[in-house]
Amino acid sequence: MPAYPVKVQPPTEDKRWGLVMATMKRHGYQSNAMIETLHTVQESFGFLDDDSLRFVSKALNVPLSKVYGVATFYHFFTLKPQGKHTCVICMGTACYVKGAGELMETIAKKYNVHPGETTDDGNLSLVTARCIGACGLAPAGVFDGEVNGKLTAADTLTKLTKWE
Amino acid sequence: MTANGQIKIFTLKIDGKDVSARSDQTVLQVCRENEYFIPTLCHLEGLSNIGACRLCMVEVAGQRKLLPACTTMVSEGMEVTTTNDKLAHYRKMTLELIFSERNHTCSVCVSNNHCELQYLSQKLGINHIRVPYRFPKFAVDASHPYFILDHNRCILCTRCVRVCDEIEGAHVWDVSGRGIQAKVITELNQPWGSADTCTQCGKCVNVCPVGALSEKGRSVAENTKRSGFLPYLTARRKEKI
Ligand code: SF4
Ligand code: FES
Ligand code: FES
Repeated sequence: MPAYPVKVQPPTEDKRWGLVMATMKRHGYQSNAMIETLHTVQESFGFLDDDSLRFVSKALNVPLSKVYGVATFYHFFTLKPQGKHTCVICMGTACYVKGAGELMETIAKKYNVHPGETTDDGNLSLVTARCIGACGLAPAGVFDGEVNGKLTAADTLTKLTKWE
Repeated sequence: MTANGQIKIFTLKIDGKDVSARSDQTVLQVCRENEYFIPTLCHLEGLSNIGACRLCMVEVAGQRKLLPACTTMVSEGMEVTTTNDKLAHYRKMTLELIFSERNHTCSVCVSNNHCELQYLSQKLGINHIRVPYRFPKFAVDASHPYFILDHNRCILCTRCVRVCDEIEGAHVWDVSGRGIQAKVITELNQPWGSADTCTQCGKCVNVCPVGALSEKGRSVAENTKRSGFLPYLTARRKEKI
């Protein structure tokens, strides 16, 4: 039996909601499909806004605060649109020991952006990761999908200025 | 409990003394029944146990790790140690770490003298915090007509989350974020006063062990709490089923 048989309408006419509805349907609208569903929203829309969180909460009969808790616990989800470029700095143990913290500070200072945030002009998102599996190259970072190791503050800034 | 739901009677040793216990009891319940002192913060009789605060750690013979008494079920022949130097050391350290994560200044707190954190610190002999404070600054939420939430006093025990979910059935609260940024939220991290699911029952305020949740209009040291309703409510509900 579906936990919540009443069909809740998506917040907008946007076609992408069809994908989200399909995920929920595949799981029989069970509340334990919440993470799967949020995944689909994140992948289809690029981020989770209040309307989509409210929709998922209602459609799967999961409390709002629980949905919000999950959405903010996993780094995979973002509540704001991602920037044009993404810079991931690894904060895993090896990278941290090798100075990832300073890299982070350098970026934060120059671009006025903190981990998990996007610059006001929407150009750069700064993300942290817990070990990207490149410890031998510590400190490591990923710039628009490309892994770079043994980063210095200067290297990092050179990479980022190219995106400006 | 056994597979067919039958309750057995076990004999175990607590601090060298034989005691008997029902197989559906936790180590904490048995210790308390027999008047052994074990400090707890996240546990509250009447709510589910989550083993979050790690204050109730005890030693069990044959186990290398310390175990939380609140989530460990009793077993036949178990040998439990509730007090020794190692446990005292860890409990103190745990409390100090809890202190370092938020700004707990007792002298100006609504819960001064009625606070479980303060009481335990006095009891366990904490007089200063050996680790650096690293708490973030949080805004106080006074948007609710009757209650106030001050994150800077919260110890993230999640008693409010559980009482709201398990007893009131509203699940207004949950925890957002992780690590040092983790905090309790109402609905979509919105002002409490705007949370439509809140029934304004005040259960969360009454189970909060510290001064994080308080009634409006209370001044320093005036925030007294009543959590005695909990075991009563749980018992009444069980009867009804
Ligand atoms: S607000 Fe109070 S009850 Fe809720 S998690 Fe914080 S300390 Fe615990
Ligand atoms: S710690 Fe950074 S790659 Fe492992
Ligand atoms: S009371 Fe057992 S872990 Fe908190």
